[in-house]
Amino acid sequence: MGLLTNLKDSITRVTDRLFSESDPKRIGIYGPPNAGKTTLANRIARDWTGDAIGPESHIPHETRRARRKENVEIERNGQSVTIDIVDTPGVTTKVDYKEFLDHDLEKEDAVRRSREATEGVAEAMHWLREDVDGVIYVLDSTKDPFTQVNTMLIGIIESQDLPVLIFANKTDLDESNVGRIENAFPQHETVPLSALEGDNMDEVYDKVAEYFG
Amino acid sequence: MTMPEATPTDVDGVQIDLISGARMENLASMEKIRLILDGVREGNIVILEEGLTPDEESKLIEVTMTEISPDEFNGIEIETYPRSQTADRSFLDRLMGRESTKKLTVIGPANQIETLHKDENLISALVSRK
Repeated sequence: MGLLTNLKDSITRVTDRLFSESDPKRIGIYGPPNAGKTTLANRIARDWTGDAIGPESHIPHETRRARRKENVEIERNGQSVTIDIVDTPGVTTKVDYKEFLDHDLEKEDAVRRSREATEGVAEAMHWLREDVDGVIYVLDSTKDPFTQVNTMLIGIIESQDLPVLIFANKTDLDESNVGRIENAFPQHETVPLSALEGDNMDEVYDKVAEYFG
Repeated sequence: MTMPEATPTDVDGVQIDLISGARMENLASMEKIRLILDGVREGNIVILEEGLTPDEESKLIEVTMTEISPDEFNGIEIETYPRSQTADRSFLDRLMGRESTKKLTVIGPANQIETLHKDENLISALVSRK
């Protein structure tokens, strides 16, 4: 019985995907912790809906639940593209509560934060396998992009045949190196931006409309 | 799926399990992930001759997260050689579900293994005792 229901559900899901072209696509914002995913999600949401998605912070794992902002209508060249934005927790393979102690958190809070962070990463992986139609992969352009998490996640996204755009964030910082990201993932288009300062957002929206519209 | 009887010794050292592609071939995804995580949680370094598929890597991250617990298990460190451009998979390969995932993969407990250097054909890691 359960098996049949599951089968029916997956068939419905597939047909829904095939025949509901007009539904807004769900675009997942992915990347390692502290890349600026929420800052970007808030920038997009504020620009087109007036509301933010969630709190931003310099402490890693501020976002510990995937958050969705529905029906974000982006206008480009006289046409409008509607997407749902899913801001996801930063993906990692390890979480040590002791790292949060460096950010002036008490042990109890640090342990709770790390537990929520691990749940959030698991949730983000689940969304990636089941529930997103496209991916914006955000990287901090001041950091080395050749990490295992980035390699694995880009590989997972590619294996699902999801459209993906790479955003080289934090170009307002002196150490920013966009070329390093372009070299790391030459098979994908890289768009430089500063989500914090709002730099190069026109190109960001052009590309979002082009890839996910 | 259990590992063959290894002789647990009192010697102060680090156990390394090198798992062949043949051994992984007939395992279901979750069996592979269990085999890896059971080893890593005991403090072993697990080396896979042929690595995991992207979908299995995704599940490995997910299951690892559910097992992390303070002061006991902080998660994993994993390294593979960067895959040669994935676009090399032909349409027929995709259609048939053939994936070229053969890549040596090193996995260990996050608090015991640290990657010192990694490039296209070398992984250098520092392993410490518990």
